[in-house]
Amino acid sequence: MRKEIWIGLIVALIIAGLLSPFASPNPDGLEKVAETKGFIDKGEGKEVIHSPIPDYVIPGLAGKGVATAVAGIIGTLITFAAACAVSSIVKRSRNAARGKG
Amino acid sequence: MHIPDGFLDPKTWIGCSVITAGVLGMAVKQTKEKLAEKQVPLIGVMAAFIFAAQMVNFPIIGGTSGHLVGGVLAAVLFGPFSASVIMTVILLIQCFLFNDGGVTALGANILNMGIITPFLGYVVYSALRNVGNVVASFVAAWVSVVAAAAACAAELAASGTSPLGVALPAMLFWHLFIGVGEGVITAAVIGYLVRAKSDLLAEIVKV
Repeated sequence: MRKEIWIGLIVALIIAGLLSPFASPNPDGLEKVAETKGFIDKGEGKEVIHSPIPDYVIPGLAGKGVATAVAGIIGTLITFAAACAVSSIVKRSRNAARGKG
Repeated sequence: MHIPDGFLDPKTWIGCSVITAGVLGMAVKQTKEKLAEKQVPLIGVMAAFIFAAQMVNFPIIGGTSGHLVGGVLAAVLFGPFSASVIMTVILLIQCFLFNDGGVTALGANILNMGIITPFLGYVVYSALRNVGNVVASFVAAWVSVVAAAAACAAELAASGTSPLGVALPAMLFWHLFIGVGEGVITAAVIGYLVRAKSDLLAEIVKV
């Protein structure tokens, strides 16, 4: 594998692990609009599923900064693996369709 | 800009999901035909980078924050169809693992951030490319975020959550600023890669 792959992945892990705990806690644009225009409560308690790591904080881990950093690193690795898997499956399905296995 | 469950009514989220499914079907078909094998790990890195960068909200004015969407970054480097696949993977993981964006709103969120931003951004970028990579990617990224915010406002209005006359100007206002952050990050990354990694970029087949 090219060295750029590793460098890119390490950069992503540094962003997720070291910068994410310092992210602005302020509401994002949509949340701000929902708050000021009075419809934020429409989303309260409406979650269809229970996520294992809600809001990028590992539950039960001491310290929000650490819990966020660990969540970020886990998420980055899962995203890397999932995107590789999806693009690889899409690729392979063509080869299979053409009889190249 | 991730819409949670509860903001969209069934007709709107089902409608958005149908459009999204159709476009993603085309995206898979296109990437299947043209994607090169050695691009697979690069796509993984792009997705990982965008996921990580999306976690880092930057403050804008008025006690509000924004974060990179990344659709234009992915589209400029890999092409809009590949970008929509990359963004879909990220949005699925954010939705199911991190409760960022509702399950019912997933189709709408993919439409706004994973389809509108890469495709519109790619068109804008291509039109402005002669001006230079940095300017073109800044403008494309800014336009993409503003357009996605407008689409989000239209979905909220269609759902009866907030009238268009209220939601649209409010969403546009904040995202005019958030779009600047999107533009700066997108232009910085693309500017760097074009200068330092042109050999790598040249190998990528844009789909």
